[in-house]
Amino acid sequence: MTQPGLEEIHLKVDDLRISFGGVQALVGVSLDVRRGEIFSLIGPNGAGKTVLLNCINGLYRPDAGRVLFEGQDIAHLAPHKRAALGIARTFQKIELFSGMTVLDNIRLGRHLHMRTGILSGAIYAGKAAREERVHRGFIEREIIDLLEIAHVRDKIVGMLPYGLQKRVELARALALQPRILLLDEPMAGLNLEEVEDMARFILDLNEEERWRVTCVLVEHDMGVVMDISHRVAVLNFGEKIAEGPPAEVQINPEVTRAYLGEVEDLYVSRR
Amino acid sequence: MSRVASGVEIEITPDLTIPKLFARRAREQDQRVAMREKEFGIWRPITWAAYLDNVQFFALGLAALGLRRGDRVAMIGDNRPEGLFAEMAALCAGGVAVWLFQDALMDEVQYIVDHSDARFLVAEGQEEVDKALTIKARCPKLERIVWDDPKGMRDYQDPALIRFTEVQRLGRELAAREPGRFEAMVEQGQGEDICLLFYTSGTTAKPKGALLTHTNMLKMGQNLLRVDACLEADDFVSFLPMAWIGEQMMSISCGLMAGFTLNFPEEPETVVANLREISPHAIFSSARFYEQMVRTVQVKYLDASRAKRAVYECALDIGYRLADFKLAKRPAPWPWQALGFLADQVVHKKLRDHLGLSRIRNAYSGGSALGPDYFRFFHAIGVNLKQIYGQTEIAGISVVHRSDDIKCDTVGKPIPETEVRITPEGEIISRSPSVFKGFYKDPEATAKTLRDGWLYSGDTGFIDPDGHLVFFDRTKDVFILSDGSRFSPMFLESRLKFSPYIKDAWVLGHQRPFAAAVICIDSSVVGKWAEDNRIAYTSYQELSQDPRVSKLIQGEIRKANALLPAAARVRRFLNLHKEFDADDEELTRTRKLRRAFLEDRYHDLVETIYSGADRVGVGTAVTYEDGRVAQVKAELSILEIPDASDLKTEN
Repeated sequence: MTQPGLEEIHLKVDDLRISFGGVQALVGVSLDVRRGEIFSLIGPNGAGKTVLLNCINGLYRPDAGRVLFEGQDIAHLAPHKRAALGIARTFQKIELFSGMTVLDNIRLGRHLHMRTGILSGAIYAGKAAREERVHRGFIEREIIDLLEIAHVRDKIVGMLPYGLQKRVELARALALQPRILLLDEPMAGLNLEEVEDMARFILDLNEEERWRVTCVLVEHDMGVVMDISHRVAVLNFGEKIAEGPPAEVQINPEVTRAYLGEVEDLYVSRR
Repeated sequence: MSRVASGVEIEITPDLTIPKLFARRAREQDQRVAMREKEFGIWRPITWAAYLDNVQFFALGLAALGLRRGDRVAMIGDNRPEGLFAEMAALCAGGVAVWLFQDALMDEVQYIVDHSDARFLVAEGQEEVDKALTIKARCPKLERIVWDDPKGMRDYQDPALIRFTEVQRLGRELAAREPGRFEAMVEQGQGEDICLLFYTSGTTAKPKGALLTHTNMLKMGQNLLRVDACLEADDFVSFLPMAWIGEQMMSISCGLMAGFTLNFPEEPETVVANLREISPHAIFSSARFYEQMVRTVQVKYLDASRAKRAVYECALDIGYRLADFKLAKRPAPWPWQALGFLADQVVHKKLRDHLGLSRIRNAYSGGSALGPDYFRFFHAIGVNLKQIYGQTEIAGISVVHRSDDIKCDTVGKPIPETEVRITPEGEIISRSPSVFKGFYKDPEATAKTLRDGWLYSGDTGFIDPDGHLVFFDRTKDVFILSDGSRFSPMFLESRLKFSPYIKDAWVLGHQRPFAAAVICIDSSVVGKWAEDNRIAYTSYQELSQDPRVSKLIQGEIRKANALLPAAARVRRFLNLHKEFDADDEELTRTRKLRRAFLEDRYHDLVETIYSGADRVGVGTAVTYEDGRVAQVKAELSILEIPDASDLKTEN
């Protein structure tokens, strides 16, 4: 994978620390995610990858350290404020409203961009209706078409197979029109074909002119990580032990020892 | 019911071509809707004027890129307006259209592109472009690859690639430089020019390219419409592969002759929903499609509450009774008519609506024979289903049922201007203005198929006292048991497949002591059944080998056996560990069994079935669509059908 031309820092994590009781989940982690890249976080279970994502999007408040998004310190902001700035994420275990349709779930992700108030929304005429149509158009053109979920748009999410639910979750995150996308194990539980589809979607989002989303990816499927990432950081017991292009990280002796060496069987690629 | 279309019938003169008729239609119907495509959740209409514009500029664009009269233009992709624009444009520019199945494997694409000497390939999007680029090195005659769906295409730099809209831009430039060029190109065509090079799916050997002329196609469309008229206001849904002659028949020939509106579904996955939204007036589809519809109903039935099932059963019984009256051409007594009206209001009407058949006037089934059970079912729910018989070599159709003269076991009577005869050997031969010109680069096969203007079909059959054609399967597909009794495996297979639990059946028995079957269970229906019966399973393979599933299938086969003559009953069977798949070459792209291939591939398995053993180990290669191959190993159990030999014949 070639480096994207831009070297601008999009997201900066600076000396982040957090502990739960006596467990130090993150021990001073610092990262720079550049604009327009796919940045992967790997490491054994319990290394602190998801905790780091939670700190970035505001689910956890770190004990110390800074999170800078486009130069602005966001560590003190509530999660929905960060979402409004353009940080979206998907979850390791699907967090959708399983009783609602696919379309309604995606619309919910769009809510942040709606300007209509409750009253005018209820009357639904003029400006409110126009706005709704514009958003619906966006969802159809840019999201449903891209992620190939047209055939299930009116289906109840809970009735869909797992692979499709994962796609719907990504769709909802996209409805936010994020500038940075945090993806927590998007490939987990998918079959080979679905993994390939998902990898293609992530590449599309990253490279397609209309999107150009910076992606932070937590993933165990090494084949995918090495294929699509521009840079990879390795966490182990809350510490960053390596960072760099996939080819370099793969041969880093410390990484092989800490991660690939010990639990090789668990993390072999599907390919 | 030979309704006459609005206005006068179009006269097919020797110089009339598809493009000329198209240009005439487009002028006459100008701002009326020619086609619709569902895109981003909305049906978008395309007027005849816009259709003409798109075709005109694409045709000129091709000319600007160097297309000469008679050049082949290959096309691959799903059914979409751009596909039709490209085909019509190729014809307008004097080219010959060659369609490929969207899911064709690399080898097939390469063979056809190379064999047809195509210089242009119109692909849909990334997937098709990938295929095209891979084969390009091995197809030196291929010059340009056109694509229209930009998704994922941003990084493609190959100089052979050109975007659909870019071709049209070149066309606009040419139009500005040389006004009247398009009209001149269209004017140049003659009825006897070749318009389609159509590769037959070939259950046996490499595909053969049939050459069809404009007159062939137009005559066929006109003669079919003389039997069953279509109106300009009619709707038709184009969802079957354009590489199938049946779709060309409806979308191109009949579409232009009748001027009805074509509707393109949003995605291949949304066809069923889109069909219901449009609710077309005519459908021509393969037997597969109707089998799938029946299956959908059966599955819903299995899922319904007891009360609903009772109502359904009752209504269907009435429907069957009325269908039998209709098929026997006897008027139904009034009490039955009254009951029929009730059943229709309560059940059949809703059923038709759900299947997208609520406005249907004529539903045709072609390709391979549809079993009589399916046939009766559709007539029972009030769908005017008819059989069509024909082949690519006669532009798709030569024989069809008339609305007031339908028999389940025949394929009907020849369409106008068509003669059908039976040779002393029992082979069906036909002659009409739609008989093709020969196979491309294959004079030997042409000589075998075309003799004195007669088309030798390779099918056996006879003409019954009512003048209906009865067609057996391909001559080579009639089985003779070792005791000399004959049966048709396809008939048995169709009977077996009427069970919702059986997706595919492959019947054996040629020169064997008895008939046996290899069954592919329907994973979704059997899976649901397993769930209801608390049977745990992880894979298709495991599900297929579960003893309780075997028992279920055993019961289904016994039911089918009960309706068969003693000699043709299935005595042994096994559930295969995988479904038959066109990617594994077990089926053709139109989903017919490729028997010779199956015999070869499952040779050991067949031997074991007849050896009397009750288990067999198999290892087969599974091919993924991108060409990767994986090995699958399994042990399959072979089961007997109890008392298959001494059942009373109830037929």
